[in-house]
Amino acid sequence: MNPVLSVRGLDKRFGAVVAADALTIEIAAGQKVSLIGANGAGKTTFVNMVTGYLKPDSGSIALDGMNIGGHSPRGVAQLGISRSFQIPQLFIELTAAENLMVAVSGTRTQALSFHSPADAQGRREKAVELLGRFGLADLADRPVSELAGGVRKLIDIAMALVRRPKLLLLDEPTSGVSAEEKFATMDRVIHAVAPDAATIVFVEHDMEIVSRYADRVVAFYSGRILADGNPNDVLKDPEVRRYVTGGA
Amino acid sequence: MKRSLHPVIMIMLVVAAALFGRALPTWTLSLATVAASNALIALGIVVLARTGNVSFGQGLFFAAGGYGVALIANAWGMTDAVAQVIIGAICGGLLGLVIGPLIARYTGIFFGMLTLALSMVLYGALVKSTVLGGSDGFNVGRPTLFGMIFVDPREADFMLYAVSVVTTGLAGIAATILFRSELGLVSLAVRENNLRVEYLGTSANRIVTINFIIAAVFAGAGGAFALMAQRHIDPQFAYWTTSGEFVFVAILAGYQSVAAVFVASLALELVRSFSNLYLPNTWQLVLGIFLLGVILFLPRGIGSLWIRDKHKKNDSAAETPVTAEKGAVS
Repeated sequence: MNPVLSVRGLDKRFGAVVAADALTIEIAAGQKVSLIGANGAGKTTFVNMVTGYLKPDSGSIALDGMNIGGHSPRGVAQLGISRSFQIPQLFIELTAAENLMVAVSGTRTQALSFHSPADAQGRREKAVELLGRFGLADLADRPVSELAGGVRKLIDIAMALVRRPKLLLLDEPTSGVSAEEKFATMDRVIHAVAPDAATIVFVEHDMEIVSRYADRVVAFYSGRILADGNPNDVLKDPEVRRYVTGGA
Repeated sequence: MKRSLHPVIMIMLVVAAALFGRALPTWTLSLATVAASNALIALGIVVLARTGNVSFGQGLFFAAGGYGVALIANAWGMTDAVAQVIIGAICGGLLGLVIGPLIARYTGIFFGMLTLALSMVLYGALVKSTVLGGSDGFNVGRPTLFGMIFVDPREADFMLYAVSVVTTGLAGIAATILFRSELGLVSLAVRENNLRVEYLGTSANRIVTINFIIAAVFAGAGGAFALMAQRHIDPQFAYWTTSGEFVFVAILAGYQSVAAVFVASLALELVRSFSNLYLPNTWQLVLGIFLLGVILFLPRGIGSLWIRDKHKKNDSAAETPVTAEKGAVS
């Protein structure tokens, strides 16, 4: 099967710090891939390069065989890669539904309307439907500033879903969520995401989440890939236990 | 979404406000004309401020509109007030179209200072330009309306008042529709987090550019009004203190309400006129205290008196923050 994402020889350095060292990864359609690694291992740098926020020093990034290396975050989003953030990037003065409506407007190919009300033309319905998938429909008219971190996380993911991306990148989807809520939250995310994004890459520190939801794990260390394979094998790898999971 | 008056009712209110000028004493007509004209330019600043950017140099477009109209009026004898407003708006808009895409990539203080710098460049060029009268500027003829010549000063003042109120009112209606539109909502999103807007597939720069051009159109039309009121133009139109006055009105108004811009502009003109009348040597002090009072007690502007903050509106609900689990199982 052709890979959805194909990354070859990706390098990125910040001065003396090596954030990506000849990274080569292929991700097939339908996979749920977890990126693990200690802080500073290069996971978020990888996500930032794939989504066009950072330009790699060298190497190539292809989506469905098309080179996207020089594209901006907007261009990458339009081609089919969406992301959520470790710290939810929401418009906190707007309501939950308005946040989603802004995301819906991002899918338009024509210019934004000067006169059509923001909640017209099915935009609000689409927003509420997406919130409903995450069990948040009754919070549609609440300002985001009033919502707890876990809810904001879900809204952030819902916004990334609006484009029905070919590849969805989730940066620590359960960070900030309590231990008791993390499985319920992740179940909800996987269930809600399924209709629109078959291929998911998620950065995660919680090995219980990783072993439960990923069907492939890529372990990062100092900007390079330490191990890549199914969760059981990778999490038992001695080097991964030494440098990433700390024997967990 | 907020509910508000139907546009037809708003148009009727604008017409009523224009006709109300017949009942106003003469001295208030010119004051209201200046207030309406300043409100139009401040409205443009508010439109732009909704993207998170404040222009400290709207004098640039104000002067472009004024000089453009003055030159055309003197060259071709075009004195019609409505035509002059349209030409002023076009001159401001065309300049905004050139500058907007270049400046939209900057944000915050860099954006503000660049607009200020550009307006001062124009000011410097105008002062040195002998063709345009240098620092003294030049005069233009009395405006007409659809072929009617107004010899009686009272009638001339009323004509200018009516045209300025109708133009500013229509601009206010357009801005109200814009604020509620898809573009208006995305503008607020750009204000909060322009990178996230880009990640969602929308060009934040394009949104800023569109709002910038709208602000330039309004400032250009405002320049035409100032020209018609003074029948004289000089480089002071582009000077930084002129731009500062428009920013004052915008700060007083806040960015939430179109009506607040008109109230703020009128309030500022009234405070300025009365303090100048009764405290001629310390009127700037009174004006400063008034501004301080508004900033201290209404930090979100005069509009916050009637536009309730979403956060406060939901205070009772906010007492119980919504957790992920509560959302997820509901």
